[in-house]
Amino acid sequence: MKPPAFRYHAPASLAETLATLAEVGARGKVLAGGQSLVPLMNMRLAAPEHIVDINGVAGLDDVTVDAGGVRIGALVRHARLEADAEAAAAVPLLRQGLRLVAHPVIRNRGTTVGSIAHADPSAEMPAALALLGGSVEAAGAAGRRTVPAAEFFTGPMESCLRPDELAVSAHFPRPEPGTGSAFTEVARRHGDYALCGVAALVTLDADLRITAARAGYLSVSPTPAVLDLTDAVAGRTPDTADLAAAGRLAVGRLEPEDDIHATAEYRAHLAGVLTVRALRAAAEDALARATRDPRPAGSGSGR
Amino acid sequence: MTGKMFGAPIPRTEDERLVAGRGRYLDDLGAGAYAAAFVRSPHAHARILDIDVGDALDVDGLVAVYTHDDLRGPMAEPLPLLIPHPAIRDGRTPHALAAEYVHHVGEPVAMVVARDRYVAEDIVERVRVDYEVLPAVVGVAAARRADHVVHPGMSDNVAARLLQEVGDAPAAIAAAPHTLELDLEIERSASTPMEGRGVYARWDAADAMLRMYSSTQTASGVRAAVAAKLELQLGQVEVVVPDVGGGFGVKIVHPWPEEVMVPWAARLLGHDVKWTEDRREHFVAAAHEREQLQRVRVGFDDEGRLLGLDVRIWHDNGAYLPYGVIVPLVTSTQLLGPYRPGAYRVEFDSLYTTTVIVTPYRGAGRPQGVFAMERTMDAIAARLGLDRARVRSVNLIQPDEMPYDQGLVFQDGRPLIYDSGDYPAALAALLDLVGWDDFPAQRERARAEGRRIGIGLACYVEGTGPGPYEGGHVQVETSGRVRVATGLTSQGQGHQTILAQIVADELGVPISDISVTTGDTRRMPYSVGTYASRGAVMSGSAVALAARRLRDKALRIAGDALEADPDDLEIVGGRVRVKGSPASGMDLGTVAVLANPLRYAFDEASRAATQFGGPADFDRPPVAPDDAPGLEGTDFYSPLRCTFASGMHAAIVETDPETAEIRILRYCVVHDCGRLVNPLIVEGQIHGGVAQGVAGALYERMAYDSDGQLLNASFMDFLMPYASEVPAVEIDHLETPSPLNPLGIKGAGEAGVIPGAAVLAAAVEDAEGFPITRMPISPSELFHLRRRFASGEIPPLRARRPAAPAPRPSGQES
Repeated sequence: MKPPAFRYHAPASLAETLATLAEVGARGKVLAGGQSLVPLMNMRLAAPEHIVDINGVAGLDDVTVDAGGVRIGALVRHARLEADAEAAAAVPLLRQGLRLVAHPVIRNRGTTVGSIAHADPSAEMPAALALLGGSVEAAGAAGRRTVPAAEFFTGPMESCLRPDELAVSAHFPRPEPGTGSAFTEVARRHGDYALCGVAALVTLDADLRITAARAGYLSVSPTPAVLDLTDAVAGRTPDTADLAAAGRLAVGRLEPEDDIHATAEYRAHLAGVLTVRALRAAAEDALARATRDPRPAGSGSGR
Repeated sequence: MTGKMFGAPIPRTEDERLVAGRGRYLDDLGAGAYAAAFVRSPHAHARILDIDVGDALDVDGLVAVYTHDDLRGPMAEPLPLLIPHPAIRDGRTPHALAAEYVHHVGEPVAMVVARDRYVAEDIVERVRVDYEVLPAVVGVAAARRADHVVHPGMSDNVAARLLQEVGDAPAAIAAAPHTLELDLEIERSASTPMEGRGVYARWDAADAMLRMYSSTQTASGVRAAVAAKLELQLGQVEVVVPDVGGGFGVKIVHPWPEEVMVPWAARLLGHDVKWTEDRREHFVAAAHEREQLQRVRVGFDDEGRLLGLDVRIWHDNGAYLPYGVIVPLVTSTQLLGPYRPGAYRVEFDSLYTTTVIVTPYRGAGRPQGVFAMERTMDAIAARLGLDRARVRSVNLIQPDEMPYDQGLVFQDGRPLIYDSGDYPAALAALLDLVGWDDFPAQRERARAEGRRIGIGLACYVEGTGPGPYEGGHVQVETSGRVRVATGLTSQGQGHQTILAQIVADELGVPISDISVTTGDTRRMPYSVGTYASRGAVMSGSAVALAARRLRDKALRIAGDALEADPDDLEIVGGRVRVKGSPASGMDLGTVAVLANPLRYAFDEASRAATQFGGPADFDRPPVAPDDAPGLEGTDFYSPLRCTFASGMHAAIVETDPETAEIRILRYCVVHDCGRLVNPLIVEGQIHGGVAQGVAGALYERMAYDSDGQLLNASFMDFLMPYASEVPAVEIDHLETPSPLNPLGIKGAGEAGVIPGAAVLAAAVEDAEGFPITRMPISPSELFHLRRRFASGEIPPLRARRPAAPAPRPSGQES
């Protein structure tokens, strides 16, 4: 479990990084936290000829919170984002999901943008980005582009990032007012990749009726799946909504696969159960927020 | 002898060094050694057609590549079958490097030696092996069918078959008022110590001496095996076992292919060579355990008393049989637990498959045996509508029946006779600890809240401390420091602490003056090894006996010097004195000086022992004919047979009605390992054992596909539980001394793991209301069992939990 030889690059600036990436192309890999890449290299499942270590690049470790949401740079560690109170207030789903990412020591080193770029459909943060309708900003020799999450993930461990591009930041938009969120999953061991995980956003109007319900899924699809379940629950209050119907709706739209830990049938069952649990928790979260921070009746949901 | 250190829960003396990072593990040694790596078979079963090293030769840093063609004499022959047994029909063992066939993924085919491990792995990738792929044989069912045979020249896959009988079990079952038949299954797990295997060898050409370091459970065994393979005299080989990061059984196997190849290459190259196993290698090239199918037929009376028990076991021994039939032999004998079985018949087949070898892993066949017996007890209780504890209690061997002869031959080749134990007391203590009688009400309350909880219990008896022997050597230096050596090895059990505790009391010296060496053939060449929960029993007894010899000698010498009768002397705080007069006497170090008559002084203290140094008795030679110089004692402990520890576990679990997740709410242990040398260490052993029991019950399995590929050869997919999955363990100790050894102790190392699968199966079954017959169980599997139960495919537990035990007319059922 020793990696094959590689050439190590430690660029000091973004420009140098992009120049190096342009030069090494598909033979290179970006190293940020290394929590996925290094084990893959040690097991010789990945053998990049060039490692481009961005840990010395300035300007990639910012967490910026504004009216639009939370933007995080490529070097922001999971642990730091998890601890950021302002980010958690703006987009509560971030902290709710980050708590489920592996173990504290991995979160201390691993980066959120790195996890997104790795595009593992069993990981929490790609699902969070997809559910929130966020985006990735990619920089390359040809310039910058903003890629919506829905286009970013193209397959298991595959994104639309080109070899010469660096994912410099990710943007998680602030949910609309009246929205509660939750992240729930079933994992074999604490901190493992989930057998199935569901993140949910439920939006209530001023009368505390559900106007929107969406869920994001991990480990049940090749890329993070996002389902709009509003039709099953719209217009009802959280305690009268037929969440089970939403669960059934979700199960009907997912096609999980078998692996050594769970059958496809069990995963589908979990998707249904966890959809209900996540929606319930998200609705309760929305109610709690409404109680803490009531909006005038009839002010609408902002849509 | 009861002193103040024996029985004291003192912290382990080795821990300060280990937790501060001053441990010296195998890979910490041998800076500058060449690194070895192995080309391993990617196929479960294949014939090697050609090995082409051409691409490897131009890699910078290459030292050598070896294949079987390079081996001569004993090195070219198969590795030894360590434990021969008459039941073995055809005992196959691997070669150091595969000769013609490979029989499991991971089997070593070629050895690469290089400047460092990175380069060695680069070279491994460049060695091209041409294979003719042959059919894989995976699992007990395929092995039994024998559509394909694993080993050429065999007509089936049966490596060994053994029948043992006491009475006429089939007749007893036929005549019994009730009968049951159960089909049971346990899957594979493995020791998976934190540190894998590793070997470092230094050949001194001038002295023609081999010094070998190995992360092993037997220094003396490795020494003898390597000497035989390398055609060296035993005196030319020294084996030193450094700190070892866990063994749990896997490291008792020896010599591993790597363990002979590394010293062989070191001698050939005239250069140090080291191999440190990585985790992936450990999964596919070390050893696994547990996999068995069992069919139990039992006849019993209205109270659940066993009348006849007939058990058939099919045991998957993997590709080879280096450790003989020990695992299924232990299963078939220890299955009986604390019970009288009535008539008993047990027969096992040990079967070859094209998978990693199966050799003892903590528990060593007992978890499977306990699973069979305890599932049977629960099935009897369900059938009769009786309380599960009550069914067990009517079958328990009573204290006044000790010693109890089960009438079988045990794994040490000696009769299976339980030496001591109080099983009814243990059961009573367990039921009290877990609150057994109150549980039904709790379960009903939980049900009313939509929660499912269940309770189970399981009992075991464990033969510990088998012979043939271990030795102890205790020496007092002229400084007064005490050096203790025993030959068996330590993998983190705390031997340094408990052996020092024993010697401290026997000699009357402070524990801080004692240092203990284990697993070093230079210090104690005669030894067997660390397995079968024998460290404390065997080496504890041996060092106690050696210390007693030393003490007798010290009192004799001091008696001469002090002109006192040795019987009037005592040793307190490292000082020999006349009983009751603390001011008199001399330090043990001074006695050590006097014990070694000298011609030459080398310091102030030694002057006293020289020829002109003081008064002497001219009628005696300086060293008496039956005496030896030096203040030391050596002795060996060789037991008549095993001493039998016992215990009972109970667990309460909660199963999620929706997700089928299984959570352990409480885990209770009542444990009897005779007299406790150090309760803190025993509790640590129980905690670790329970963790591995939970692992084998709920998390770990070896996921082989039908081609013999291991799909989960990493800790990402092999689910060793984290601290977050292991329950807090509540422990109650009983201490029933063993009459077989001088200290009254029994082994404790393996106990915690033994009833894990049985007790958790029972608890899940109780929560769910249908039988659990296969372990481990995952949430996914429980989900599917529920579906099958809901569809009527699985019957409910019958006569479940009646309000009061209902007497039944005999002969009504079956």
